[in-house]
Amino acid sequence: MIYFVIRRLLFAVVLLFVVSFFTYVLFTALPTNPAALTCGKNCTPEVIARNEVRLGYDQPIHVQYGRFLKGIFAGRTYGPEGASVHCPAPALGYSFEYHQCVTELITRTFPVTLSVAIGAFVLWMGIGVGLGTLAALRRGRWQDRFATTFSVVGISLPTFFFALLAILVIVIWGGLLDFPQYTGFTENPIKWFSGLLLPWATLAILSASTYVRLTRNGILEVMNEEFVRLGLAKGVKRRTLIVKYVMRAAMVPIVTIAGLDFAALLGGAVITESVFNLPGMGKLSIRAVTDSDLPVLVATTLVAAVLIVVANAVVDILYGFLDPRVREKV
Amino acid sequence: MSSPLISIRDLHVSFHTQDGVVKAVDGVSFDVMPGETLGIVGESGSGKSVTANAIMRLNFGTQVDVSGEIIMNGKNLLEVDDEELRTLRGRQMAMVFQDPLTALNPFYTVGNQIGEAYLIHHPKATKSEVREIVLNAMVKVGIPEPKKRMDSFPHEFSGGMRQRIVIAIALVNNPQLLIADEPTTALDVTVQAQILELIGTLQEEYGSAVMLITHDLGVIAETADRVMVMYAGHAVEVADVNELFDTPTHPYTVGLLGSVHSLDDSSRGGLQTISGAPPSLINLPTGCAFHPRCRFELGENSLCRTEAPQLHAVGKSRSACHLPESQLLQIGTKGGV
Repeated sequence: MIYFVIRRLLFAVVLLFVVSFFTYVLFTALPTNPAALTCGKNCTPEVIARNEVRLGYDQPIHVQYGRFLKGIFAGRTYGPEGASVHCPAPALGYSFEYHQCVTELITRTFPVTLSVAIGAFVLWMGIGVGLGTLAALRRGRWQDRFATTFSVVGISLPTFFFALLAILVIVIWGGLLDFPQYTGFTENPIKWFSGLLLPWATLAILSASTYVRLTRNGILEVMNEEFVRLGLAKGVKRRTLIVKYVMRAAMVPIVTIAGLDFAALLGGAVITESVFNLPGMGKLSIRAVTDSDLPVLVATTLVAAVLIVVANAVVDILYGFLDPRVREKV
Repeated sequence: MSSPLISIRDLHVSFHTQDGVVKAVDGVSFDVMPGETLGIVGESGSGKSVTANAIMRLNFGTQVDVSGEIIMNGKNLLEVDDEELRTLRGRQMAMVFQDPLTALNPFYTVGNQIGEAYLIHHPKATKSEVREIVLNAMVKVGIPEPKKRMDSFPHEFSGGMRQRIVIAIALVNNPQLLIADEPTTALDVTVQAQILELIGTLQEEYGSAVMLITHDLGVIAETADRVMVMYAGHAVEVADVNELFDTPTHPYTVGLLGSVHSLDDSSRGGLQTISGAPPSLINLPTGCAFHPRCRFELGENSLCRTEAPQLHAVGKSRSACHLPESQLLQIGTKGGV
């Protein structure tokens, strides 16, 4: 098992280098000239050309990428001499739009996204797995029909629509909550909670719908397994049968999918963060796109990719712990 | 003669499907005596597995109708409540399934699974007692190095070894009735013999009755004391094993015996097949369900086509066929007619 973990982690590191390289190359290949962003309205072709040299954009791509990598590990100084800015490691670039190191932007926005993701995750897993289990155990009865309907509606509703609907009904008409707003958890946990409730619900509805189906079908499939019949034939209590036999087996694939979904959400919930005006990574990326803020775009993409790669590795390792058959094979 | 361990009377099992009602078992009655091995043989879909599952009341959803009586120790198993049934399952009667590769829970060690079977019915047992029982059970079914192997997972065992573990689970509570539903079908031929031998040995030791379900007449010949032949949800012949092979008294049994390879047997005129296919259980033929495939069928407007035959004594056996007794005693010899 320990060799499996080490090998899996090594593979993840290699993968991260490959991902970072392609991300970097992809964005430098865009027609936007990053050097032109440094001077705004004062740009003349001469200034742009000068900045290109200063920022190293005139160098071949592998040199640029090498500097980018070096910046991640050793920090980097940007800008012309005299007016230069130093970003300490891990330096992911410098945003001339915000006049800040990108790493700072990300460390500022990430807690918001993390808060959104964690709450949504807890909510959707609770609703999705709970309702899915109920539907499977009460197959064909009203609970099942309710869960299936919930799932269809949840999947069909676009995120922005549900978000706006929630604001209209709960905030504007009902006056039950203030308009969602991000407050740091350490600052005021209660405000943190109430401010994020609607974004959580919005994200949870969509994912929970998928998980209702996954859970329901997974459980029904396992229930037909021969080993569940053997459990029944042994005289196992119904509760034990459901937990130890059915759920234990049905949860393995769900846990792995959930790990990846959670990581994807950590990269930034673009629509939800925009609708609720939450200063998270999703919103940061969207602004970077509209402003052609390439360093930010490279960085947020890379961070999201890293999260996915890491989550993949974690899920693989977790799978090994959850399923003894996988543990032995690798 | 002692009283039967379990009596099945007029058992009907039908499944409601979109295409109609499938009469999987249609009025079957039989007894299992304490300590005997009753073989149940028949083609796929003849209702043998459904009968076995009915006794354990397994896999009965809302789409299934079960009627009749299954009396064991004075109780009708079809009427006891779920909690009582649970205490009977695994203790009074246990089951060995067809495919050992899928019958064990892949997430728990085999020691855990054998121990669980014991603990369910002996909730006060201590850890060390259970451990002792598990080790003992693993030794009995012939798992080498049981101390080491009890902490292994099912996938670390071969098919034959897994079936031994399933048998250990079944026998750990010393049940009065062991139902083995095609226990060797999924195994290599060499392993098949070992498993059958093991079941036989353990049966002698524990004194359990065994209901052995198979489509393999060779298995029946080796292990069974008595045999019930099933066709399309009916019992068509019940006989002692030697009687069945020497003097089959039902045309279907004759066909079944004739369709088996045999090296030394030319007396029945080589390999023969039963023409046609088993009938649809939704739309059974009128009269005798076997009549469309029967070589001896009595022709139009005969009883064969109008009235379902009942089991009755024919020689030393019991047969459900309208042919006269004198003819039935002849059909198994030299091609029959």
